[in-house]
Amino acid sequence: MSTPVLLGTLLPAVPLVAGLLGLLLPPASPEAGTARRRARRAAITLGTTGAALSLLLAVALLATLDAPTEATRTWVDFGGLTVTLGVRLDSTVALVAVAVAAVALAVQVYSIGYLRNGPHDEVDVDHRYPPYAAQISLFTAAMLLVVVAGDLILLLIGWEVMGLCSYLLIAHERRLPAAPGAAMKAFLVTRVGDVGFLLGIALLGVSAGSFRIADVLSHDHATGLLTAACLLLLAGVAGKSAQFPLHTWLPDAMAGPTPISALIHAATMVAAGVYVVARLFPLFGQVPVALAVLGVLASITLLLGAFAAIAQDDLKRVLAWSTVSQLGYLTGALAVGAPAAALFHLLTHAAFKALLFLAAGAVIHAAGTALMSQLGGLRRTMPVTFWSMLIGLGALAGLPPLSGFFSKDSVLYAAEEAARHGGPAPAWVGWSVWLAGLVGVALTAGYATRLLLRTFLGAPRSPLRQPHDPPAVLRWPVLLLTVPAALLGLAGFSGTFARWLEPYGSATRQRPSDLLPADPLVHVGPTVLLPLALLALGAGLAWARWRRDPGGDPAVLLGPLRPLSARAFWLDDLQHTLVVRPIVRLAAGARTADEVVVDGAVTGSGRVAWWLGGGLAAWHRATLPRAAAGVLAGALLIGLAAVLIGGDA
Amino acid sequence: MSGVVGQVLLVAVLAVPAAGAVVVAALRHDRAARLVGTVAAGLTLLAALPLVTGGDAGGAGTDPSPALRPWHQVDLPWVPGLDLRFHLGVDGISWPLVVLTALLTLLCCGFTLWKVPSGGSGRALVALLLVVEVGILGTFLALDLVLFFVFFEVVLLPMYAIIVGWGGPDRHRAARKFALYTLFGSVLLLVGVLVVVTAAGTADIVALTGGTGLSRGPQLAAFTLLALAFAVKSPLWPLHSWLPDAHTQAPTVGSVILAGVLLKMGTYGLIRVAVGVAPEGAEWAAPVLGVLAVAAILVGSLVCLAQTELKRLIAYSSVGHMGFVLLGVATLTGTGLRAALIGNIAHGIITGLLFFLAGAIKDRTHTGDLANLSGLRETAPRLAGLLGFAAVASLGLPGLAGFWGEAFAVVAAVQVGGPLWLTLAVLAALGGALTAAYLLRLLRQVTHGRASSAVARLGPGVARAELLTWAPLVLLTLAVGLAPILVLGVAQAPVDALLPGRP
Repeated sequence: MSTPVLLGTLLPAVPLVAGLLGLLLPPASPEAGTARRRARRAAITLGTTGAALSLLLAVALLATLDAPTEATRTWVDFGGLTVTLGVRLDSTVALVAVAVAAVALAVQVYSIGYLRNGPHDEVDVDHRYPPYAAQISLFTAAMLLVVVAGDLILLLIGWEVMGLCSYLLIAHERRLPAAPGAAMKAFLVTRVGDVGFLLGIALLGVSAGSFRIADVLSHDHATGLLTAACLLLLAGVAGKSAQFPLHTWLPDAMAGPTPISALIHAATMVAAGVYVVARLFPLFGQVPVALAVLGVLASITLLLGAFAAIAQDDLKRVLAWSTVSQLGYLTGALAVGAPAAALFHLLTHAAFKALLFLAAGAVIHAAGTALMSQLGGLRRTMPVTFWSMLIGLGALAGLPPLSGFFSKDSVLYAAEEAARHGGPAPAWVGWSVWLAGLVGVALTAGYATRLLLRTFLGAPRSPLRQPHDPPAVLRWPVLLLTVPAALLGLAGFSGTFARWLEPYGSATRQRPSDLLPADPLVHVGPTVLLPLALLALGAGLAWARWRRDPGGDPAVLLGPLRPLSARAFWLDDLQHTLVVRPIVRLAAGARTADEVVVDGAVTGSGRVAWWLGGGLAAWHRATLPRAAAGVLAGALLIGLAAVLIGGDA
Repeated sequence: MSGVVGQVLLVAVLAVPAAGAVVVAALRHDRAARLVGTVAAGLTLLAALPLVTGGDAGGAGTDPSPALRPWHQVDLPWVPGLDLRFHLGVDGISWPLVVLTALLTLLCCGFTLWKVPSGGSGRALVALLLVVEVGILGTFLALDLVLFFVFFEVVLLPMYAIIVGWGGPDRHRAARKFALYTLFGSVLLLVGVLVVVTAAGTADIVALTGGTGLSRGPQLAAFTLLALAFAVKSPLWPLHSWLPDAHTQAPTVGSVILAGVLLKMGTYGLIRVAVGVAPEGAEWAAPVLGVLAVAAILVGSLVCLAQTELKRLIAYSSVGHMGFVLLGVATLTGTGLRAALIGNIAHGIITGLLFFLAGAIKDRTHTGDLANLSGLRETAPRLAGLLGFAAVASLGLPGLAGFWGEAFAVVAAVQVGGPLWLTLAVLAALGGALTAAYLLRLLRQVTHGRASSAVARLGPGVARAELLTWAPLVLLTLAVGLAPILVLGVAQAPVDALLPGRP
């Protein structure tokens, strides 16, 4: 086994072992005391060690991997359909794995401080740390499995285990009544998408005779089948990566502890869908219809998320909707045939969104609320958090030279190219993604500015509390994440980095030879001015409004559209009316039908038999004279018959 | 292993529990009797495990002639006048089920050492469990149609007695319904067996497998009768309505045996007898079977979504899960049959665990009403965690045992292709989403939220006996999920032999 293969195999295995061991620890201790402290300490050790080792392994993989490699062994044979156990490694895998493991480590460390009873807490709360840390480890393992998997079924395992872990972690907060419902919604909505994902995998596997990704990619699929399979896979992608109309779970997933939001929004779960499309892009690139559908979904998601983020009052909800919107950029880049740009933005987004959530967690930790209407003026009391948040929001809005500027530029550049010159998808898809992306820049700048102003500037709206910067265990993960959030974009200037993100060469753009260095991902030209102007417009509007009324909400700019944004177009209610309620009714109907009709027929026939038997029995219970008469009549009949038949003979 | 040892083990698998039942019934001392019964069940498992070695286990299908090649067999004259033979044998299709049966019976007997459900003596319960085991194992091992039928029937009365003796408040009605309904299925089975035997002139399953002995007409008739009989047992919608009552009213160990292995007699019979003896009939009826299987998946999960009683919900979930197994059989592909076999085993393990857990919850809280159960994780986190694990396994989470059967039943339907089967695949996959919906609803109701008054008085502990009983099932769920080869490795050759010329 070569070194990269060994590293790639260990990548998901190490956090898996840490997670399984962690699950064996006592989940809860009724009394605060040594038992709970000891379990907690063991859980912390397991969780952080697992994440740190994964990070080391991922970095080592990035360092040792020269060319794409693959290792496979048969796992099980389902009658001519082979399921393999194997890894498929390339530089993209290593880069994404580094991002995943880094965010996971930050989250594990951050959680130590976030889920702790402070000296001022009035009530003793059992945070149930051991299962929490173990589930984060499992979550990391599942995402890393998706990243390295060389087989679609293996990938599906990671994919679904991730859904389970998100469910468990969103429901972790036991004092929040909304948490179980949100968790269930997250699992179910993604599971509905996974119906398509499973069917897509089934189609591809049956067509290729194997579920190994290399076999599936190299097989010459029939066009109709490939179109159907790609569209079905997109359903699963839409579920995991929160694309319209399956995005509804993501904002509700805020019910989970803040570090979990960072994990879900930055490195795992939502990234998985985009990653899988990039991984299977040689297939998607052949199906313009699928790319067109993806482009439309991306444009809608991008605008919907950005628009909904404007009027939210909950800090985390703003960030959640911003994730939805940024995911629109990612899938938009895929739709216009630029998986490398999508992966670039995925990496920078992982950095700045993890930073934003962890910084928001510091605010919530200090201020005791996530509602911006009760925050404000935190700049003086929480300077470290303020500056970190500023970097994160700048990167999110695409302020040069922060990372988001470059990666978003590469997405917009790819969309513009596709709009002008065509690509694997029709030109109108390029136009749609490009225009939506430009409008999105202005909206993003608007809500990012609003968030900053409402939280950190102006006068404190609840002056009773004394917020302060968080303790070191919360501060350091935030501070370290500012580095990639600020600087990762510069990597886009490097041709090596671009090649890392396109290890198999571009499937779409014409290039004379793969030996030539790849184009860098960043294109600084006059076209950059347009998004910059839009950024200034969005930020300026929000700022101007705030200047006029520092206590007010810049979202009033939306006027009558404000409730539309605050309720995100009432899509939640629509989903409830169109999907949830009919299914609940159908279930009740099915139960009644099953009990009354199907079982009724059975018990009914039983009752009829009973009644018939009873009737016959009653008829047989005769008094002596009638019985005697019956016997006599019978004897006569038999005698008569004997005489008649005997007479014949 | 030499042939003789294999034959001895084969007979021991039936003789040990039978002798155990007699001894248990004869012993006066209750606890000693339960202990003897548990030892007998353990010995049975020990006899069943090594059957996999030796014989023809590794032999791949190089020899094309017989469609059924047992690893070990015992063939003795039984009623010479009627040409009936005592013919037992084991192969890769039956062996996993034999082991599952022996394991679940052992766990149930062991569980009664710790706790006897109220209603009767533990001694009698253990004896009845062992008799049921003899019947189920005999069904899986019989290679003579008449013998198969006899063993199939042996199960019925002791199971009836278990439900009536140790069941819930509505046990009499449920047990009566169970007995009469499945007896109705048995009549069809008897007629089907007689049709086959008279048309082919032999009752030897080895000779009959592959359909060589029967022409098309009798095959269609035989398959219809046999499939109906097995559909009652499996159960296939709409012949399932005995199941929810019986499973709900039975004591915990009874529910575990019922759901864990008794239902498998139906699916096993369908594969071994109905498809094996009348393949042309199977092909003819496959679309109907497929449609009914998918209807079972959808109706079963929808009904679960509206259930309000814990045990009844788990009972109904069997209808949906067995729908996936039957869908796999109905595709008549190598993929589908493999999915059915592993689905069978996985359902036995997972639903066995679910019934154990449901029993533990009902014993502690004295209610199964979902409206009165809430917040289990507040007071009993371990129990809640185990329930969560079992529910997640039951919804077919990849990486756990339940996944393979359900996912590959869908894959097999896709593989068959054509508008009908593709539609069935899509609907079955949607049924998978509904399955997730009702199990998550169950978890939300039972484990999350504030502790209800019934749950609030629970202690956090789980007894050692309970852990010992559940741990093998938890581990097997993981093991079969991670290494499906444990079940499918032995089934490759027999499945390929059963379906010559098919993928």
